[in-house]
Amino acid sequence: MSFLAARRRSPLALLVLLFLGLTFTGTAYAALQTNVPPGTSAEGASQEQIDEGRELFLGNCASCHGENAEGNGEAGPSLYGVGAAAVDFQVATGRMPLPAPTVQAKRNVSQVHFSDEQITALAVYVDSLAPGPDVPEAQWLDTAEGDPANGGAVYRTNCAMCHNSSGTGGALTRGKYAPTLMGVDEQHIYEAMLTGPQSMPVFNDQNITPEEKRDVIAFLKTIEDGANDQGGHTLGSLGPAGDALFAWTIGILAFIGAAVWLGRKAA
Amino acid sequence: MTTHVPQGADHLRTDESPPERPVSQTDQSSPDAAFPRALVWSDERVGTAKGLRFALKKVFPDHWSFLLGEIAMYSMIIALITGTFLTLWYVPSMGHVVYDGDYVPLKGVGMSEAYASTLHISFEVKGGLLIRQLHHWSALFFIVGIALHAARVFFTGAFRKPRELNWVIGVVLSLLAIIEGFAGYSLPDDLLSGTGIRAMNGFMMSAPVIGTWMTFFVFGGEFPGEAIIPRLYIAHVLLIPAILVGLFVLHLALVVIHKHTQYPGPGRTNDNVVGFPIMPVYAAKAGGFFFVVFGITALVSALVQINGVWVYGPYDPTQVTAGSQPDFYMWFSDGALRLLPGWLEVNLFDTVWSFNIFLGSLVLLPLVWVVMGAYPFVEAWVTGDKREHHILQRPRNAPTRTAVGAAAISMYLVLALACVNDILAIKLGLSINDLTILFRTMFFVLPVLVFFVTKRLCLSLQRHDRERVLHGNETGRIVRTPEGRFFEAHEPLDEYERWALVDYDTPTPLGLTQGPDVDGRGVARRRSPLAGVQAAVSSFFYKDAVRAVTPEELAAAHHHGGEHEALEAPGVPQLGAPVNDSTGDDDFSDSHGSSVQAPSGHR
Repeated sequence: MSFLAARRRSPLALLVLLFLGLTFTGTAYAALQTNVPPGTSAEGASQEQIDEGRELFLGNCASCHGENAEGNGEAGPSLYGVGAAAVDFQVATGRMPLPAPTVQAKRNVSQVHFSDEQITALAVYVDSLAPGPDVPEAQWLDTAEGDPANGGAVYRTNCAMCHNSSGTGGALTRGKYAPTLMGVDEQHIYEAMLTGPQSMPVFNDQNITPEEKRDVIAFLKTIEDGANDQGGHTLGSLGPAGDALFAWTIGILAFIGAAVWLGRKAA
Repeated sequence: MTTHVPQGADHLRTDESPPERPVSQTDQSSPDAAFPRALVWSDERVGTAKGLRFALKKVFPDHWSFLLGEIAMYSMIIALITGTFLTLWYVPSMGHVVYDGDYVPLKGVGMSEAYASTLHISFEVKGGLLIRQLHHWSALFFIVGIALHAARVFFTGAFRKPRELNWVIGVVLSLLAIIEGFAGYSLPDDLLSGTGIRAMNGFMMSAPVIGTWMTFFVFGGEFPGEAIIPRLYIAHVLLIPAILVGLFVLHLALVVIHKHTQYPGPGRTNDNVVGFPIMPVYAAKAGGFFFVVFGITALVSALVQINGVWVYGPYDPTQVTAGSQPDFYMWFSDGALRLLPGWLEVNLFDTVWSFNIFLGSLVLLPLVWVVMGAYPFVEAWVTGDKREHHILQRPRNAPTRTAVGAAAISMYLVLALACVNDILAIKLGLSINDLTILFRTMFFVLPVLVFFVTKRLCLSLQRHDRERVLHGNETGRIVRTPEGRFFEAHEPLDEYERWALVDYDTPTPLGLTQGPDVDGRGVARRRSPLAGVQAAVSSFFYKDAVRAVTPEELAAAHHHGGEHEALEAPGVPQLGAPVNDSTGDDDFSDSHGSSVQAPSGHR
């Protein structure tokens, strides 16, 4: 009998199986995160792809953005010139199609209704109407090439005032907000800078060069991997607000508890 | 016959027995036998025994709320010790360096020496990060402790004569503590602290006329300049701590001179202190509490990150981060700035008058401490009470003061929470604009609401106390009389419990005690111009006070049930049983039947 067969009925086998299952599901999920291939644009796309994209567009987007993506007043803006990058960012992060009109479209990775091919088709169709920024090339997404220190400096100058220096997001006016950047795909971070979705300004290649964008992504991935988590629990990286909450709840309870205990203790 | 003439240091000694022969440790007949040699040695030279005798005999009453001030005291000591450690590595300089330390995300970034040395302490000095976190956490707990202690002193009326001065010293200490805290968290020169200094710079600039000059004076030129970090440093490590510790010693000395206050209770009077002397009991308790406080602070510092300066990056005036808040004790001022409407900035006489900033900073900050410091004198003026008070009041027994205090705290909290409006907005999914409108409204509405709710709560608690004293505790035992009536039996309080409920007095409104405005011959009395105001405020404070049960009232209450019985049930000689009491009157509803439960000796 082989080594594995002898142990397949062990109670530990279940745990090992569970562990492997969870690990592979998680990894597979991360690997299969919907993404349009790097460098996608209407150039080089086949007519079939564009036609498929048009079909999808008419079925899922046209009710707000108009049949020819010309826009429909308050319901949806014109999509001329937004480019393949904007389509990939909005659809692949689950922001579009918008489930309900709210102050701001919310990132919703678990609710992406389209496959990679379908999003690619949508992207090239919209890009074919009027050209805009392309989905970034793979070289700009390679964080190993980026300089996190320089990225941090660029980030603090351009991004931290809304997204917080720790990338955990912040409030904007009237219920809008800058979302957290933790757990966001490299490609989507790049596309957001390039296209300026919702309240975000556009950071074009003259403003922040592709190398600097790569540095910013490298910086965000460094802190996502725990570079900031020194000296204990970070209390949600909220700065002094988290410290105050801790001091006035758990801290104060510990001290008063000790005082009450000592006060009652007989001499 | 010769008489003993004190020589040398002998007169310093309080011991009556003349130290004519050398004292040995083994000599049990000597009065000094129990003393260690070192003590005898120092007593013979500087008179240690006299001081020690005074200090060690000091009596402390036992109550957990008396330990709140000690939390502050011990946290201050922890901050002093850890702060000294930090000065060994911290470089208070704005000199420019390029970072080349262990923290990768900042490698090669230009920064000040202050920030670089803080990173060095955090990542390279052994135990440096723990000490830094200990320093910052203990500073927060210091101010938390001060706030709790001040609240205890306020709500129990411990600031009354003769302790008004010590209250003022405490108020100054609390102001110094937050200035010390501000100076401290500004030193690392990270993006967050630099933003804080920028705010302070704006505060100063908002001062009418002299603002700009004052700012240039403090910063040594344009913001940020190179001078502010070294200046804040010397304020943080020398100037403020020296004043802080000096005033703190005075604060403690006055506690010793005044003797400790105590809560009302049997055997506790205005002329004694019931508790334990420092040696040995209190020294063990207080000493132990130091280690408890140190232990909790160390545990928190080891497990929870505070002010991770590496997260923010070096300060650069062109940058700012979302979620920039000061430490919590500065929130109320920052919050006031967030609530003050922008139209308060006006142009007059070719000058900008930034009242939107000025009111929330240079006016509000001193105003809060002036109001706090003035309160004991205001209350003394309102009551016209010149007596000394060493017995504390339970907060319910001073309803108006308690309500005023609670209202002030609610006002402060509204301002403080307004400072985290952005964090609240994202965490609660609300609009920051709606929150601002809510807080602006609450600033005016909430204190009024809190005042009335607190005052009503205090008054009903007082009435409940009266009820208990006069009629005893409800027992939940329902008694049915032969006629079929029901009433709940009450059990009288024992005398020890009762004492704590009746040992307080309430001043009479001054308007009722100062007599008519003209004397018997129709001549106007000589009154201070503010007498009318004084009488009005006094009436506001005390007109609806619930007074403590007097012995006469207690006797009457006990007598009451008996009278009825004597009249209506003359045939019943023993009144000890509930059945007898119920011989038919309408007292059941107001539970006077309870007096029956009292031992017959009370009748």
